[in-house]
Order: sequence, then structure tokens, then C-alpha cells
Amino acid sequence: MNKNNMIEAEAISKRYGETQALDRVDLEVAAGTILSVLGPNGAGKTTGVRILTTLTKPDSGRAWVAGHDVVAEAAAVRRKIGVTGQDATLDDALTGRQNLVMVGELSRLRRAEAKRRAVELLGLFELEDAADRIVKGYSGGMRRRLDLAASLVMRPPVLFLDEPTTGLDPTSRRRMWTMIRELVTDGATLWLTTQYLDEADALADRIAVIDHGRLIAQGTPLELKAAIGSQLLEVTLASPHAGAAEAIEALASGSVHITGGGLRLRAPVASEHGLVISALRALDEIGAQVDDIVVHRPSLDDVFATLTGVAPSPDQDEETEGVAA
Amino acid sequence: MTEMIATPAELDTATALERVRSWFTDVRVMTWRNVLHIRREPMQLSDVTIQPVLFTLLFIYIFGTAMVVRGGGSYKDFALAGLLMMNLTTSAVGTAIGLSSDLATGVINRLRTLPMSPTAILFGRSFSDLLAAIICSSFVVLTGLAVGWRPDAGAASIAAGFGLALLFSYALTWAMACLGLLAASPESAQGIVMLFMFPLAFVSNVFAATQGMPAWLATIANWNPVSAVTSACRSLFGNPNPSSTIHTWPMQHSVMASLVWSVVILVVSVTAAGHLYRHRTNS
Repeated sequence: MNKNNMIEAEAISKRYGETQALDRVDLEVAAGTILSVLGPNGAGKTTGVRILTTLTKPDSGRAWVAGHDVVAEAAAVRRKIGVTGQDATLDDALTGRQNLVMVGELSRLRRAEAKRRAVELLGLFELEDAADRIVKGYSGGMRRRLDLAASLVMRPPVLFLDEPTTGLDPTSRRRMWTMIRELVTDGATLWLTTQYLDEADALADRIAVIDHGRLIAQGTPLELKAAIGSQLLEVTLASPHAGAAEAIEALASGSVHITGGGLRLRAPVASEHGLVISALRALDEIGAQVDDIVVHRPSLDDVFATLTGVAPSPDQDEETEGVAA
Repeated sequence: MTEMIATPAELDTATALERVRSWFTDVRVMTWRNVLHIRREPMQLSDVTIQPVLFTLLFIYIFGTAMVVRGGGSYKDFALAGLLMMNLTTSAVGTAIGLSSDLATGVINRLRTLPMSPTAILFGRSFSDLLAAIICSSFVVLTGLAVGWRPDAGAASIAAGFGLALLFSYALTWAMACLGLLAASPESAQGIVMLFMFPLAFVSNVFAATQGMPAWLATIANWNPVSAVTSACRSLFGNPNPSSTIHTWPMQHSVMASLVWSVVILVVSVTAAGHLYRHRTNS
């Protein structure tokens, strides 16, 4: 066990009946960093969280959180973690405030202190107006925020966020991202599972990709993108132009493919700002007329296609919702 | 942040006294949470408020008019202890359903990742259900008094009767908790519990003296713990108690039998519930 790691998993495996939910997964997260565990529904992300948060015992392998063994020292681990579940772990019949006070008291805060902390968190997560309303009537975004607030009652040094933005609208998602980033500036270590590559990209220091219970890749977002392959620039011209391929090639990180009788040009490009403008300018300079220009970012599908060498099956589509992970 | 990271040594310094205090806090919080649930949906309480009133009126005014109490006395006076026990027994169903519902929701996952005492979830449930049992008893007694039930004993004796009824009801709550933990869903919990509840509540002396039953059924009824508690309550309330003439041990020593049954059920069920809870939550 490495002293600098707040979370460490060593060859953890878990089987549910016929399904190998996790297959000898090794992972570590350094103190004060965010690891994003990326994978489609059913990849084993939630099983990993359940093992590390003491809810499930691994069949084999060992894991430590904040230096404590998750099986042998489960009670000690529970004092160090905050957990935000995939399906919100809130009491629907209680108000937001009552939920937070309950969690506070059960976490060994005195009643007055638990109440004070609840007020603080309701403010921090912009839930003051809904504080005394029953959670059943909360919107999806509000539930997630309250759920996150509940896991922060004790300012735990290690946080597990299991798909904190799945099913949220874009505004609520951005809001969650801002709040998650602030947690790390406060020194917390985060384990964040997600199905969204952009989320992992936006938040994580390191990304681990899992599929069918196996760890298939890990690294910084940059390393992974390099492994996945760059983005694709796709240009459609109004009429074929002899110099177009050369103009694009200057910006590309690979060779240019020409299709559609010289009308459509595709080339891999490195991700950088102002790429589309540069391409347009280069094409304009040579007098090529552009109908359309698009940059395709690598999607989760591309990640899997690249890492596993297999095209993703329809049930692994990142838009698919509602399949148990 | 760093000041929040306690070393293992700090954790172990929690004294026994502190641990006991934390346990009481956990139980209080869980009980309070269950009470809030009831306040949110007061109809959950219908089986300890409306049902006791209806059953009391039904038995006293409809069935009671055709009943003759063996050994003499008014049916109203005979029926009350029986109605008390029947209502307390059937309302214990709520424990199994409540616990099973808790396990079916995401709340349990949050609770299990907190450094709270896991048994507090079970004890909190048992105490909020004890509160429901007290409400249930009050409704039976008030309805009884309104329709003419009169105890004929000292205050201490009457209080002892209610104490015994509530003790048994509390023990039964734990037995129901076990069934709730065994059930796969709240719906199946309801089904399983009803299967136990009906013979327990009705194959007994609650509505009619067991002397009139076929011999084999009378034997079962006389050894039914509900009969012992009902018989004890009738004696302690100073009401007609035909069971006192039956020569089986629990009917001859109904107070002692009630205590023994309650303690045995309590010890077995609390132990079993702890094991079942751990098994259920350790997938």
C-alpha cells in the first residue's frame, strides 16, 4: 500500500451469478486528485464504488481507503468517506434540512452542530428555498445537489460520486461540475464514475476506463486521448479544389482522406483552439468554397472502439439510460 | 480538511460510555425519522387508530349481542382485553412492511456508509412501532370506556395489564422485523406476515372462551402466547376470565406465561434480526 494514495484497489474481483462484475481491477488515487472511472452501463462502475464504500465485500483482492482495509476496517473507512449514489440515497418523506440533520447526527455530530452544518450546506448548494420542503417534490438536479450535500456533512477526505450528473439537464450538469471542482480545491480525493467522456475530461486528473468488469485503460485525459486517436476534421466543399487537401494537411496530424469526388475531405487533427478558423482561413486563401466544416470529438463509442477494437453494441450506447450498472 | 483525518489510535479511544451514548443517539434519530414518516402520511396509522375503534364497535355491538360469557359477566368486559390483544397483534404487521420498505430504498445505502450503529435501524423501528402500539392501546381503551367497558381492579393492577400487553407487543415487533428482513419486497413481507398473524390473533381466547373449541384446537389456543397475555390482562383488569379454570400451565399462570413468552420471543427475535440484517446487507 502506497502512503500517498487515498484509495487503492488491488486485484479486486466480484461476481454476481453469471456476471463477472469486476475482474482483478487494480486502481489507485493519489490524495487530493480526481479519478474518473469511465465505462458504459453495466461495466462494473457501481460494483467498484460499493466495494470501496464497504457496502459489498469483494470475492477476492484487497482495497484500502484512507489507509484502512475496506473489509477488515469497514467502520474506520466509513468515518472517512462521503458517498453520493447513482440512485439518490435520500429519504423522500423528509425535508432537505431533515435529511441533512439526520445524516449529521448519525455521523456523530451533536444536534445543534448538525443543524448548523445543514444550514451551511443548504446555502452552499443553493437549496435554502427548498430546505423545508419534502424531498419527494425535488427536481432531479436538486436531489443530486442534496445528495452531494449529504455526503459532505462531515467534510470527508474521500468522496465517491457515482454518476453524479446522469439524467441531469445541461445547466444542472455544469452546476454540479463547478461544485465538484470546488471540493478538490478544498483538498478532498474524489472517485467519480461517469458514462460521459466530456465529464471525465472536464473534471479528472486521471481516467480509468472499464468495460465488462475489466480495466482496459488508464491515464491522464491527454494520454488517453492520444491513445484513442485525435479528433476528425471534416470539410465539405462546394466544388472540388486541387489545393484543398494540401491546405488541410498542414493542420492535420495524419493523412487526408478524400471522398465524394473531391468534395469531402477528412483528416485527424490535434485538439486545439481556433482550429476551425485556421482551416477556414487556409481554404479561403486558396479560393476553395466551403459548404460545411465539422470537428468530430472522440465519443465514448470511439474510446471503446479504439481500446477494445470492437464496435460498441447498441446497449452500450452512451445515450442508453436505465440499464443497471 | 486534514484535521478531519483521524488516526486509527484516535478512533479506538472512544470509551464504552461514548459508544453507548452514540448508540442511543442513533436509535433516537432513527425513531424520530420513522415518526416523521408517520406524520407525513397519517393514514399509515389507520391500523392503530381507525381499525381499533371499528373492531371494538363491531365486536361489542354486533357479535357481542349474541355472545354469552362462559362463567358469567358482561361481554363488553370480557371482550376488551381480547380486542386489545387482537389489535396489537395485527398492527405489528407494520414493522415488517416498514423495515422491508426501508431496505428496498436507497436510504439504506446512505445509512450503511455512515459511521452509525447498524442495529439502530432495527431498534429505531421497534421503538417507533412501540409508540404506535401505545396509540393503538389508547384507542381501544377509550372506545371501550365509551361503550361501557369497566375494569374492576386497582390502578397498579390495570397498569400492569397494559404493561404486559405492550411488552408482548414489543417482542412481537421484533419477530415481525425478522419476517420483514426475510421478505424480498414490502409486498411479500405483507403476505408472509399475514400468514403468521391470522392464526396467532384468532386461534386464541380473544373473542370466545377456548372451552367451546374442539379439543385439539383448544390445546393450540391455550398454548398460544396471545391467549396467555389476554388471560393475564383479563385477570389484572378484574374482568371475566373463563380461561382461569383451564388446567394447562399457561392458563393457570397467565402472568408468568406472558412474561416467559415475551422474553423468549424477544431474545430469539433480537438475535435473529441482528443476524438476518447483517446477512441481508452483506451481499
